Amino acid sequence: MPGPVQSIERAAAILRLLAQGSGRLGLSEIANSLGLARGTAHGILRTLQLVGFVEQDEATGKYQLGAALLHLGTSYLDVNELRSRAINWADALAARSGEAVRIGTHLQGKLLVVHHVFRPDDTLQTLDVGMLLPMHATAMGKVLLAYDANAAAAVPDGDLEQFSRRTIRTTRELTRALSGIREVGWAADVEETTVGEASVAAPIRGYGGLVVGAMGISGPVERICDPHNRPRLDLVTFVRDAARAVSRDLGAPRW
Amino acid sequence: MAERYVMSIDQGTTSTRCILFDHGGRLVSVTQREHKQHFPRPGWVEHDATEIWRNLEQIGPKALAQARVGPGQVAAVGIANQRETTVLWDRHTGIPVTRAVVWQDTRTDMLVEELARRPDAYIVEELCGLHVATYFSAPTIRWLLDHTPGLRERAERGDVLFGTMESWLIWKLTGGPDGGVHVTDVTNASRTLLMNINTLSWDDTLLDFFGVPRAMLPEIRPSIQTYGVATRVVPGVRIAAALGDQQAALFGQTCFAVGEAKCTYGTGSFLLLNTGTEPVRSTHGLLTTVGYQIDDQPAVYALEGSIAITGALVQWIRDGLGLIGTAPEIETLARSVDDNGGCYIVPAFSGLFAPHWRSEARGIIVGLTSYITKGHLARAVLEATGWQTREVVDAMNADSGLDLRKLKVDGGMTANNLLMQFIADVLNVPVVRPMVAETVSLGAAYAAGLAVGYWPDLEGLRRNWHRAAQWLPAMDPRLRAEEYDNWQRAVERTFDWIKPSHEE
Repeated sequence: MPGPVQSIERAAAILRLLAQGSGRLGLSEIANSLGLARGTAHGILRTLQLVGFVEQDEATGKYQLGAALLHLGTSYLDVNELRSRAINWADALAARSGEAVRIGTHLQGKLLVVHHVFRPDDTLQTLDVGMLLPMHATAMGKVLLAYDANAAAAVPDGDLEQFSRRTIRTTRELTRALSGIREVGWAADVEETTVGEASVAAPIRGYGGLVVGAMGISGPVERICDPHNRPRLDLVTFVRDAARAVSRDLGAPRW
Repeated sequence: MAERYVMSIDQGTTSTRCILFDHGGRLVSVTQREHKQHFPRPGWVEHDATEIWRNLEQIGPKALAQARVGPGQVAAVGIANQRETTVLWDRHTGIPVTRAVVWQDTRTDMLVEELARRPDAYIVEELCGLHVATYFSAPTIRWLLDHTPGLRERAERGDVLFGTMESWLIWKLTGGPDGGVHVTDVTNASRTLLMNINTLSWDDTLLDFFGVPRAMLPEIRPSIQTYGVATRVVPGVRIAAALGDQQAALFGQTCFAVGEAKCTYGTGSFLLLNTGTEPVRSTHGLLTTVGYQIDDQPAVYALEGSIAITGALVQWIRDGLGLIGTAPEIETLARSVDDNGGCYIVPAFSGLFAPHWRSEARGIIVGLTSYITKGHLARAVLEATGWQTREVVDAMNADSGLDLRKLKVDGGMTANNLLMQFIADVLNVPVVRPMVAETVSLGAAYAAGLAVGYWPDLEGLRRNWHRAAQWLPAMDPRLRAEEYDNWQRAVERTFDWIKPSHEE
């Protein structure tokens, strides 16, 4: 088994130090207190700042604990912020795929639609933002279940609600599907919510690779799928590229 | 085809961004960098033009790297820019002589008042379609020439050059002191108070009126025409278009026909209506401006309703008050309550622009009671943008004699669903967002692509426009009327706040 990771130990020490006393310290004070070289301390502080655990006062240059630490339990990315950061890539995905695009996050056992781009054919369509969808029957929902252990744990054991003949029926079946999704990095829903409709989705990741949402396209089965009812690979690539572009803008590591 | 993309540079008020678009008008890569806002005194707003140039030097190559292409695969570059912001620089060194004075800066308010009182002041609006205001470039140039020792002489000798941001960037891109091209596009020139709106050339009467030497001015060129070839950032690529950012958005929204209008929601917000090849004069506080000019074709004019502060109010809530961590969080905060609780914010930070044009007005928050929470303030912030749009649309309808049937919107704030719904509610017309919210950048790309034949014609561009979202009005008419009345009473309370400092 590998030993402790030194930089994480040091980061923890810096957070402890900032949590004591007045809570505002300069770089030298921090470096001196912990016996670290200034450059080392600076590198760790910058990373902590990037993830929101530490904030730097603009005027004095001193460091303090970041607001993100106080809200560790709640979602760290505001949904309106997510939409704002993703809007350009969602537009480009709709334009490239020719299908409607949605972005969703997990909310109390349901999939919350936080952004919706119309299918680019100028037909009458209505914004779905704010709508709640079932997690286990949608591509976006399954992506979130696959990468969010808490969301997956919240699914009750046993039989799942059925929306069509193809909806996943049991928790066991779902568990198997989710491990398949983690393997390939994307999910599909072929007539699992609505007969004649299919969708493809991929995860949006933030700092450290944490999944903060899902992004996907949906449309009629005959457009989303090949003659064998499998999602068309060119569309899957568009979806994954778009989700990756958003993730990159959110500070996710490359994967 | 080796040339696969068109690059747009959007030099905006808060940041510079560089975007590559493909043939379908789809975004391929985006890079962006904010620059520092300098507020050296109350009412003063400055940018460092050298910092902005350095930002472009970084983000240009980065945008290419993101798409894994070289400059050889870029057909052309188009520039859109924050308008009116004034840069003066030394022709020989390429160094700005002062920081750039931003369009929001009100340092010239006394000068403007003085100029407006002159008996021959009526000639200004007649010749250029704009009234004298701190917003436009000419008073700023005059102020800088008056307040910097020796500058006027250097300007008269042609040693110091004037330009808005597109001029500065084109000059730098084409070599700077080493053969840089000193040009401006006709839409930007139309915002200086120095260009004749009919002849589209610098007007001697206006130059005399403002005391600006001709030697420092760039050559006025059509918006869509190859100005030169870049030697920096994207070496070898043609610089084929430049437009003021709002005009670029009009172009990006493909408002090519008379009567088509768009509103762009950014730091400020700007509603432009295409009025065709004849300039239309406003009697309701709108500006007559050039929309675009394709090569040697006749220029297309526009009526403009300019709102100084919309997104900037959200930024103030974030940076000035610290109520939110990021701008989009304003929606989260605003949704924590059901209504404004009786509170209204009129953000007359640098006076009020269209349709009031009151430079002496200053911002207010009214209707405060102990009931008001930060959630209500957030509502009032968003509603201020909605009502300001309503005022401008009312003016536009009155001037054109037509009723706006739907509003095409773009810009960063269109990601805010609560705001977009509110705008549809208060205008009582559908609000439509196109597939590319970055319409300013898209317009610059379209213009440049058109100039070099990457796109064949306007019809082809029009086919790229698709609806990405739509909000339909759903407000009780009585509530709408009551709230509008409250807003208008709030606006009246901002008037006459700043007293003239030297009244005779």
